[in-house]
Amino acid sequence: MLLSNDHADQMADAIPDALRAGVDTRQPLTRVDTVTAVDKTEAQWVTRVRAIAENQDQKAFAEVFRHFAPRVKAFLIKSGADESLAEECMQDVMATLWHKAHMYDPARASVATWIFTIARNRKIDLLRRYARPEPEELDWGPQAEPDQADVIALQEDSSRLADAIKKLPEKQRSLIERAYFGDLTHSEIAAETGLPLGTIKSRIRLALDRLRHAMS
Amino acid sequence: MNDIRHHISDDLLMGYAAGALPQAFDLVVATHVSLSDDARARLAGFESLGGAVISHMDEAEIEEDSLERTLEKIAGMAPAPKPQPSDGIFPAPLRDMVGGDEDAVRWRSVGMGAKQAVLHEDKDASVRLLFIPAGQAMPTHSHRGTEVTLVLKGAYHDEEDRFGRGDIEIADQDLHHTPVAEEGEDCICLVATDARLRFDGLLPRIAQPFLRI
Repeated sequence: MLLSNDHADQMADAIPDALRAGVDTRQPLTRVDTVTAVDKTEAQWVTRVRAIAENQDQKAFAEVFRHFAPRVKAFLIKSGADESLAEECMQDVMATLWHKAHMYDPARASVATWIFTIARNRKIDLLRRYARPEPEELDWGPQAEPDQADVIALQEDSSRLADAIKKLPEKQRSLIERAYFGDLTHSEIAAETGLPLGTIKSRIRLALDRLRHAMS
Repeated sequence: MNDIRHHISDDLLMGYAAGALPQAFDLVVATHVSLSDDARARLAGFESLGGAVISHMDEAEIEEDSLERTLEKIAGMAPAPKPQPSDGIFPAPLRDMVGGDEDAVRWRSVGMGAKQAVLHEDKDASVRLLFIPAGQAMPTHSHRGTEVTLVLKGAYHDEEDRFGRGDIEIADQDLHHTPVAEEGEDCICLVATDARLRFDGLLPRIAQPFLRI
């Protein structure tokens, strides 16, 4: 119990920092300087994916590839793929991106998030050898162009989330990263750190709540 | 879609987003998310975390001809098939697993009119469809691990509450529950367990709880 209280205190100490970090980006001046710059980047990825979908634009694809391919490959290596499998799998992911570009909805995910989901699914195909069941696609119909304001808001949120995760205390950030590399279940994380499972769960939950709060 | 009262936990959603759940649970989460916009939005939130993780990755070195080879792959790939939404009671991920809707399930009787169909089983977890005739009790059981139940048709009550289509009940090893299907409509549930249920295994042990009802 002492142990978990101790950790709870550490977490409580860590909160204000990350909160401030989150709040800082929303101060009017900082917002113009930083958030807009990042959002422009997010918006550019959205534009490029749209160009791939609508015009089979190879130049746009090459730009997306240059930025994301090395990161996707790094993600796959961290997730347990060896160098050659990671390269192969990364190429599959980028090729899938091309073919599914018309299904990308910028009001529901940043391009990075969308690419993450493709990479995660392909990784499960290859490393765990089963086709992952995916939720039913929502059919918005042909007229339903996503609302521009929704797209901008979502892309801004994504930038802020990425900023906030960067500013987390190292321990918490690494916990999240390891969870998303997918090689650790919650119970395995507990087994490795020797911490009670409940503490780990609430740690993750707290980090997430904080990120959500930073975004609200 | 809006009358779902029992929602899935954040743990399961994050595990699903991270790709860290056993396959059996993936199916239940994907099926529930198909029925619940609340769960879908929360899942998207957890996936954004994955997107942030990807954004912050240090760049790995890629092959020199990586882009060319990817373009070749693109040329050789068939276009992604348009996903078909479900028009039955099984949402798309479950329909794809079963190979059809309710009438395509290969049920096995477990006595008293109740039926089950194991859809997938591995060392980590198993997932099955359970059919309980209206007004009847499901087998009383306890579990060694976590059991997640998703209602697809009809409804049931247990010691805790009422569960209808789209509702999720998460039971841990402390819960010994006796769900009873509501009168008027047969109840079909999708059930994942991460350890063998105590009634699992030999047929008599499956049938036994029913016979005690």
